[in-house]
Amino acid sequence: MATLEQGFTELEPVLQRHGHQAHGLIEVLNRAQQLYGHLSKPLLRHIARQLHLPFSRVQGTASFYHLFRLMPPARHCCLVCTGTACHVQGAAQLLAELKAAPLAELGVELGSVRCIGTCSGAPLVVVDGAVWNHVEAQAVLKQLRELER
Amino acid sequence: MSGCLRLCTAASCRSRGALALLETSTLPVKEVGCLGPCSEGPLAVMDGTLLSLQQAASEPLEPSLAAALARSRAISSEDSFLKLQRRLVLARCGVVDPGCINDALAQGAYQQLQAVLAADNPSAVIETVRRSGLRGRGGAGYPTGLKWATVAAMPGEHKVVVCNADEGDPGAFMDRTLMEGDPHTLLEGMAIAAFAVGAQQGYIYVRAEYPLAIERLRTAIAAAEVRGWLGKGIRGSRFNVAIELRVGAGAYVCGEETALIHSIEGRRGVPRPRPPYPAEHGVFGLPTLINNVETFGNIPALLRLGVEAYGAGTKVFSLTGHVRRSGVLEVPMGTPLRTIVETMGGGAPPGRSIKAVQTGGPSGGCVPASALDTPVDYDSLKALGTIMGSGGMVVLDDTTNMVDLAAFFIAFSREESCGKCIPCRSGTVQLEMLLRKLLERRGSAADLSQLESLCHTVADASLCGLGQSAPKPVLSTLRHFRSDYLELLRPAEVGR
Amino acid sequence: MSVCTLQINERDVAVPTGTTLLEAARQASIPIPTLCFLEGLSAVAACRLCLVEVRGADGREEPRLLAACVTTAAEGMRVQTHTPRLQDIRRTVIELLFTEGNHVCAICVANGHCELQNLAVEVGMDHSRLPYRFPERHVDLSHAQFGLDHNRCILCTRCVRVCDEVEGAHVWDVGWRGEHCQIISGLGEPWGAVEACTHCGKCVDVCPTGALFHKADTSEEKHSHPERLQALVHARSHQEWSP
Repeated sequence: MATLEQGFTELEPVLQRHGHQAHGLIEVLNRAQQLYGHLSKPLLRHIARQLHLPFSRVQGTASFYHLFRLMPPARHCCLVCTGTACHVQGAAQLLAELKAAPLAELGVELGSVRCIGTCSGAPLVVVDGAVWNHVEAQAVLKQLRELER
Repeated sequence: MSGCLRLCTAASCRSRGALALLETSTLPVKEVGCLGPCSEGPLAVMDGTLLSLQQAASEPLEPSLAAALARSRAISSEDSFLKLQRRLVLARCGVVDPGCINDALAQGAYQQLQAVLAADNPSAVIETVRRSGLRGRGGAGYPTGLKWATVAAMPGEHKVVVCNADEGDPGAFMDRTLMEGDPHTLLEGMAIAAFAVGAQQGYIYVRAEYPLAIERLRTAIAAAEVRGWLGKGIRGSRFNVAIELRVGAGAYVCGEETALIHSIEGRRGVPRPRPPYPAEHGVFGLPTLINNVETFGNIPALLRLGVEAYGAGTKVFSLTGHVRRSGVLEVPMGTPLRTIVETMGGGAPPGRSIKAVQTGGPSGGCVPASALDTPVDYDSLKALGTIMGSGGMVVLDDTTNMVDLAAFFIAFSREESCGKCIPCRSGTVQLEMLLRKLLERRGSAADLSQLESLCHTVADASLCGLGQSAPKPVLSTLRHFRSDYLELLRPAEVGR
Repeated sequence: MSVCTLQINERDVAVPTGTTLLEAARQASIPIPTLCFLEGLSAVAACRLCLVEVRGADGREEPRLLAACVTTAAEGMRVQTHTPRLQDIRRTVIELLFTEGNHVCAICVANGHCELQNLAVEVGMDHSRLPYRFPERHVDLSHAQFGLDHNRCILCTRCVRVCDEVEGAHVWDVGWRGEHCQIISGLGEPWGAVEACTHCGKCVDVCPTGALFHKADTSEEKHSHPERLQALVHARSHQEWSP
């Protein structure tokens, strides 16, 4: 799989749009992650060469931003919103209870997000991009178990 | 617009099943942005009446729109949540189809840009903005006209206009509402600003957590280019402006303007000392005007109404937390906090009472219930030790432990610190450790005074606004709710 | 050359326009503590030790705390460099640095020649009022001649800047963020595996603590050599050498 992706040809349009220049780095990283799921070392090396940047600068930038991931994602992703409105409605408790559950067995990666701005549904989780409103841990777990493995 | 059915498909109603209703509809439906009271969503408007399509909490949402409409509950236009608003920035939000430029144009989009180009007098535009007294809606409240004049006065042919759409305060979603509901108002405001200061390039830096806003802005920019409202020689004038989207990648600190500039340039979002200010040395070293979404969103309304009719203007708030009705509302500047929280929001949930209202997010503080009659304006809130901020308003009821809330915000700042300067990088960690110690009832009076002292050091010594204001939630709760702290001291310490 | 006059600690000082407050104070023999600042490298104002109280800047009368390394002297400024407020900030900053890493002077290569240690003495830090955090950090000994002990790193970024601005190799950068920040080489690889490194040792010369060191050094044997960098920068910009 990795060898097939060595060419990273799908990245060419975004590299061209930014003229293969350094200032396009974050846009290129965003697109690369969209295409390949995560920012692997070969991918970062390719991007550094294409933008004529030192490896350490590319790594430093990629590791700075929360949404860039350097490891492959799990099959499903469950983000607990920990914004203010969710916090005052019990998000910390929700996160702790989900952390204690065997989510890895379900192929679910647990994370948190600082406010997605739909606070009237607090507390909420975002599962594979869909928002689940007014949740509590047991109901979330039940629904996560129903996800395709 | 009677006879026409409008359905909100912005992020909040979407999370409440609005798209499923749309798919099942056999009626012609116009998709619109936020209609206001999100907690009643999904929301629709039929024949001018706002309808809540929400079922009783225990029942699943009606799968068909027709059935949901039949069981909908009307929200009267006399309802104070609607009646007490003054919608200038959000005038077309919830009315216009955000994906359709023709609809926006039919309802007056770009008419102010047209007028400004026809008059061809950039300094007159700046003068109007200055006379209006408009202040930056992103939080700091810097006079907008002064900012524009500074950038306009900078030498050089190449300048940049940046829209800060990195709405990062947790519990704040005013900018998301405008971008999702009426993106053309933002684009028009930015284009007018670019014309006024002499910029040819614009960037909208939007956070990645807002996928729908990104999608709608992309659509809107492309449509405006096709129709000649963005690009080269706009409407036959000599004025050119290109607007590009830059999507963030999850970094609250990028709301700080020098960090935002670094991020647009493809770097780590790390702030730098000012001066030089962005007006002088901004994106790619060029003179740069940075305003937030709502500030730009005010411009078309201001120019349409004129300074007199615009008056003190408005402020958009997102009302959330322990309040019966949450959502987005735009009220005249200076509206008492009590009106917003109790009259419009319906106050605390049944059986509870309001303890405080948090404004300004991690950079702000709490207004105690005893001060709810304070008018919301920049100076009144500052006098109370908080800030207007960008407009996030979180209501806290009597079950809230204010020390826990302070620890929540400090944990947020700790996580979002860029790590460049030591007071913020390490000070926020120590502050959280002290707060946890207190919360675990292991703290002494000495810990409390160390907490206070470290707050002042972090505030005074940090490099950028994030670190300088990070201790504010602690200092504000210490000021208004000191007893919450004292109750947590070790028993032997009480009374000392 | 135009000149501006200002007051530092009630003394009148005249300096060429464009001089920073740090340079102005040093010319007047008023020492201001610094850590991330190093003559010859760009200034980043990160350590906050050189904060001074400034009145009369931009016509403002209330004192503002500004980093002397990046603030340009202006006509009529009144600067205070050692008020009790500033002394307390400096001591707290040093305590924050000591508590966030693992600084054990007795076994350190830089003991006796360490800028952090000297500053602790200067600000009167006999103990830390804040608790030590004892983070888990690692040591990179993959390079043939040099080592990097992250336990002793204070993230001043002098190594990052000297490698980028003077050597031009850009081996180093800062990775991650906030309390998780660390100096990284290449794509977060071991230093010895990074081909861009020219083995020039400039990063070791400018490191203020024992974080970067020669492998041959044992405790108390490491001396920094910032003067080598300064001679190099001077020679490049003025075409003057001092052999």
